[in-house]
Amino acid sequence: MASASNDEIRILTPSGMLGYGFPVDHFKLGLALRPHAVTIDSGSTDSGPQKLGKGEMTCSREAYVKDIEVLLEAQHETRIPVLISSAGGDGTNLHVDVFRDIIAEIAKRRGWRFKLASIYADIDKAHISRELKAGRIEPLGPVPPLDQREVDAATVVVAQMGAEPFLKALDESEGVDVVVSGRAYDPSPTAAMAIRAGFDPALAWHMGKIMECGALCAEPVGRNVMGYLRRDHFEIEPLNPAERCTTASVAAHTLYEKTHPFRLAGPGGTLDLSQCKYEQVTDRRVRVSGSRFEPSRPYTVKLEGAKISGWRSIFIAGARDPIFIAQIDDILTRVIAGTRAYFAEVPEESYRIIPHLYGKNGVMGDLEPVKTAAHELCIIIEVAAATQSLATAICGKTRTSLMHTPYPGRIATAGNLASPFTPLEIPLGEACEFNVYHLMKVDSPTALFPITYAEIF
Amino acid sequence: MASVPTPLREIAKVIRSKNAGPFEITLDIVFRTKADFEAVKKSGVITRELVSQLYNVPTQNIITFGFFDLINAVKITLPRPRAQGGIGETDMHAAQQHVPLQEIRVPWPAP
Repeated sequence: MASASNDEIRILTPSGMLGYGFPVDHFKLGLALRPHAVTIDSGSTDSGPQKLGKGEMTCSREAYVKDIEVLLEAQHETRIPVLISSAGGDGTNLHVDVFRDIIAEIAKRRGWRFKLASIYADIDKAHISRELKAGRIEPLGPVPPLDQREVDAATVVVAQMGAEPFLKALDESEGVDVVVSGRAYDPSPTAAMAIRAGFDPALAWHMGKIMECGALCAEPVGRNVMGYLRRDHFEIEPLNPAERCTTASVAAHTLYEKTHPFRLAGPGGTLDLSQCKYEQVTDRRVRVSGSRFEPSRPYTVKLEGAKISGWRSIFIAGARDPIFIAQIDDILTRVIAGTRAYFAEVPEESYRIIPHLYGKNGVMGDLEPVKTAAHELCIIIEVAAATQSLATAICGKTRTSLMHTPYPGRIATAGNLASPFTPLEIPLGEACEFNVYHLMKVDSPTALFPITYAEIF
Repeated sequence: MASVPTPLREIAKVIRSKNAGPFEITLDIVFRTKADFEAVKKSGVITRELVSQLYNVPTQNIITFGFFDLINAVKITLPRPRAQGGIGETDMHAAQQHVPLQEIRVPWPAP
């Protein structure tokens, strides 16, 4: 295995998201450049709270098998470490174990052998309750303060680990080939490799921050990317010859999905990019320097959790009659009031009926600047209630009322809606909601993230 | 030179919206050139007050608002109207909330 020289560490990241697939030919171009590690993140809250709330993964198991097999083959051939973070999307213990099983299955099928470190990120609720009482947990941004009821309601709570648990996994046990972690700050695996080799943590975090998205920093955006970290700068280059990094594309990358372009808070500190310098080295490669890192005292980690907040059913219908469309808000108000009167025995605040009017304001709601409706509407009525059957019943009552309700000037007396699908009422299962998104102070950056080691073959 | 009110969508290279975590929405306006960025900045049209009005957010609740010279970009971060992906969600990724910015009109040299 190549070890980082005093002058340079090279990291290869094949994609911004494990499970989305990546061009293997470009990945092999990267391997030919003799990287010291392959890092890839699979985490995100972006597709919704149902992953944490219901234990779902971002991608299918099949998709993870495909991507992980490519990574393991590279590990088997080159012996460089492969670091995978935030298993399954939410990074729960459950999904770390799914990834471990996938690795074991591939190893067995291909006759390969790996030493695997698994790092877990579920946080014991009793620990959270103690820290909550001690005043060591606070909201992260525009989030209500945490209370014990929400802790209890959360299906599971994870914390985003920093670089330290990865460093520990690589240092305390000899010859780890593959690391699979639970929820991690996305740049942590890359930052850990660079910090471990003795490079500037500020540059390490900044390079990790760019590489965690693969070649999203390139034009056009891509997947495989190579980072070269040196003593006082790093360089970044996409592996697809048709893509290029430019000073503008790399500098602007930290705008994407971030609260602030130059101040990026993570476990243990904040990256300050306001004084960075971006230079075009070749037409495809950019050099970055001037990144700064401000450690936070005490060390904090971000907690993430979601709860099941009810059961949902919907119906989907079209409306084309202009006389109906012109009165749609009034008609819906009346129909929903009628449904509520009909279900008078169900506590009013225990269920919700929410219209989504595509062709009017379905995407932007009250913020929609265009006030005139289109010539046809897609009406989706979302009902959330305490059980699936109740949600479907309320949804059904609302649909039949909307279908048949009279309105002023009505001349289409057979029905008001065009229904494309059966079932007419569609049960959607549990609705989930993010209810923990808080910063917790910790005494040790590693103590909450237990590590297990296993020989996989 | 004669100038006409021109929508930002005809001036900027990128105008987009996205979640910044489950509780924030962030909006980016990126310009093609330093000159375009400076001209829009100098016009004084894009302000906290305008953002407050377009997105129905009190100015004191705006999390980030700034013209960032290094990247020729305007960055705006706001509290999300509701936690991402909960009941009543209309845009899980908050990827289609940028349109009011496209329509901002800035005095611009007539074509």
